[in-house]
Amino acid sequence: MADSGTATLDYEPLAEGGLRLVLKGTLNAAGIQQLWRQAMRQVAQSDPAALEIDARGVESLDAAGMALLLELKAQQEQRRQDFRIRGLRDDLSDLMKLFDPGPPAPPKPGPGLLVRFVHRVGEISHGVLVGFHTQVNFLGEIFVRLLSVLVRPSRLRWADTFLIAEKAGANAVGIVALMGFLIGLILAFQSAIGMRKFGAEIYVADLVVLVLFRELGPLITAFILTSRSGSAFAAELGTMKVNEEVDALVTMGVDPVQFLALPRLVAAICVMPLLTLFNELFGLIGCGLVMRSFGFPVATYIDQIQEAASLGDLFGGLAKTFVFGGLIAGIGCLRGLQTGKSPSAVGDSATRAVVSGIVAIVVVDGVFAVMYYYLGI
Amino acid sequence: MGSDAPPIIQVSDVTVGYDHHIVLKDVTFEVRAGEVFCILGGSGCGKSTLLKHMIGLHRPMAGSILVDGTDIVTAEGEERRALLGRIGVAYQNGALFGSMSLIENICMVLEEFTSLPRQAMQAIARMKMKVVGLQDAGDRMPSELSGGMRKRAAIARALALDPKILFLDEPSAGLDPITAAQLDELIVELSQTLRITFVIVTHELASIFAVADRVIMLDKERQTIIARGSPEELRDRSDDPWVRQFFHRQSSSA
Ligand SMILES: Nc1ncnc2c1ncn2[C@@H]1O[C@H](COP(=O)(O)OP(=O)(O)O)[C@@H](O)[C@H]1O
Ligand SMILES: [Mg+2]
Repeated sequence: MADSGTATLDYEPLAEGGLRLVLKGTLNAAGIQQLWRQAMRQVAQSDPAALEIDARGVESLDAAGMALLLELKAQQEQRRQDFRIRGLRDDLSDLMKLFDPGPPAPPKPGPGLLVRFVHRVGEISHGVLVGFHTQVNFLGEIFVRLLSVLVRPSRLRWADTFLIAEKAGANAVGIVALMGFLIGLILAFQSAIGMRKFGAEIYVADLVVLVLFRELGPLITAFILTSRSGSAFAAELGTMKVNEEVDALVTMGVDPVQFLALPRLVAAICVMPLLTLFNELFGLIGCGLVMRSFGFPVATYIDQIQEAASLGDLFGGLAKTFVFGGLIAGIGCLRGLQTGKSPSAVGDSATRAVVSGIVAIVVVDGVFAVMYYYLGI
Repeated sequence: MGSDAPPIIQVSDVTVGYDHHIVLKDVTFEVRAGEVFCILGGSGCGKSTLLKHMIGLHRPMAGSILVDGTDIVTAEGEERRALLGRIGVAYQNGALFGSMSLIENICMVLEEFTSLPRQAMQAIARMKMKVVGLQDAGDRMPSELSGGMRKRAAIARALALDPKILFLDEPSAGLDPITAAQLDELIVELSQTLRITFVIVTHELASIFAVADRVIMLDKERQTIIARGSPEELRDRSDDPWVRQFFHRQSSSA
């Protein structure tokens, strides 16, 4: 007999295309390891009309051993062929009945690959369109509320708004300034490579200040605000949704959009231009450092900046940031309020807030670029 | 009590669900003024869903729901607000606002519906906390409370506006038997002294017999009401195997 802890497998052909597997020893996870493949291969090769398991020598059986027997049984049943187990101890066979899940459900004949593909494409496009529709709807609705706050400022929860502005704005100054500084520095160095060929290093200042004011300052600040605060808004509101706090607000007669989304919207719209200014200021400092290392005096650099950029460039860029701030908060809050019920729902909402926030920012930035082009700004 | 009182909630042929999947079909029942009415059923059978439709959070796919004379499905504006002011809801996991102390949680409701001076609101809030036995916890934040305290705080907040009807979603779920029994006593006391109508979602057998005047039982497979009556009637006279199992298996272990 086999040692304890090991299992052995033998097979002998039976009459009329049958097969007998003789299992002995301890059928546990350790013992089954090599047996599993061996048994499956043997059964697959001989495709027996009847499979008989001789289990007289089985000393014990755990979940792994049962899985082997039940899998063989299921396979035979699927091929509509016979299966029987001989000589398994009564206690073990009772145990196995408890775990036998029965024949697996036959796979449903699904539609063909092409149909599935078309179906899926349609489903996704529909989802995107519906998502876009709700986003625009929500942003419109929240914008109307914003106007009503302008008419009656007392309707806004100012204490909350200040707290949120502090978290989203004041606490972000460090990272916004650091990013601005590094971007200004890197941009100056990179553009100097090209400019140097023409001996035109002084124009690095022109390039950096224009790019910062018109595009990079607002964009980078918006990305930072999306990832810091857009996601936070979605997570905060999502958690409240999961905890039924949003439902509680509704049954108290409080409008969740007014109560939760509006303060965040106002806060984001207020801090976004200020953060952008910080970002651009530090970008110019970074660029100035590089210019200084090329040997230009600070006064020359400042003169050059003043010459290159107009107030129109600065304010054109800043005008965008109000819209970005509104988008970030609006999308963050919408994603939060859309949060589902699963355990990962809050995380999903935060992710979706960042992704749709960034996409929306870039798209809107493109719209502004076209608009400014025609307006000649 | 209230066996021949007029109905205060009428749910008629209501079908509820989410998006395209139906949870309950053609549900009809009424709740009488002053009674303690329990909604029973296994988890996931749609008890919370039904409750949320009764308080107007969702629109039913079909049917009408009349709460205290107002059609909560179609009511809007002032009418809806007035109705919301007459009901209180304590949600399954409390739904207390995490950034506010308990007193502030209650004051918030008062702020929304009254224009009392701040001091008066706080006095009222403290009274409500006393009713549920939390007079010393008013300044605590929800995250600092035990499960039982949180449920009681949720009831205190639901009581803020002296509601006529109180909806409780699984008030005793997850509580130890002693705390759960105290909560049942509180419900009976509120029902008798303040004559509040209760609609309670629960599956604790002990608390059903302690508080309920009448119950309905929902079933997930059949998607509708499978039994209705007093708890004793259901226990002693129901032929439905599911109902029998629910009442007998649990009562033998309780
Ligand atoms: N917000 C929701 N969106 C979609 N399906 C939901 C939602 N809430 C609950 N459900 C589904 O509705 C059914 C009933 O849920 P619920 O009313 O919470 O049950 P119960 O409170 O009786 O345990 C469940 O199948 C659940 O998955
Ligand atoms: Mg529930």
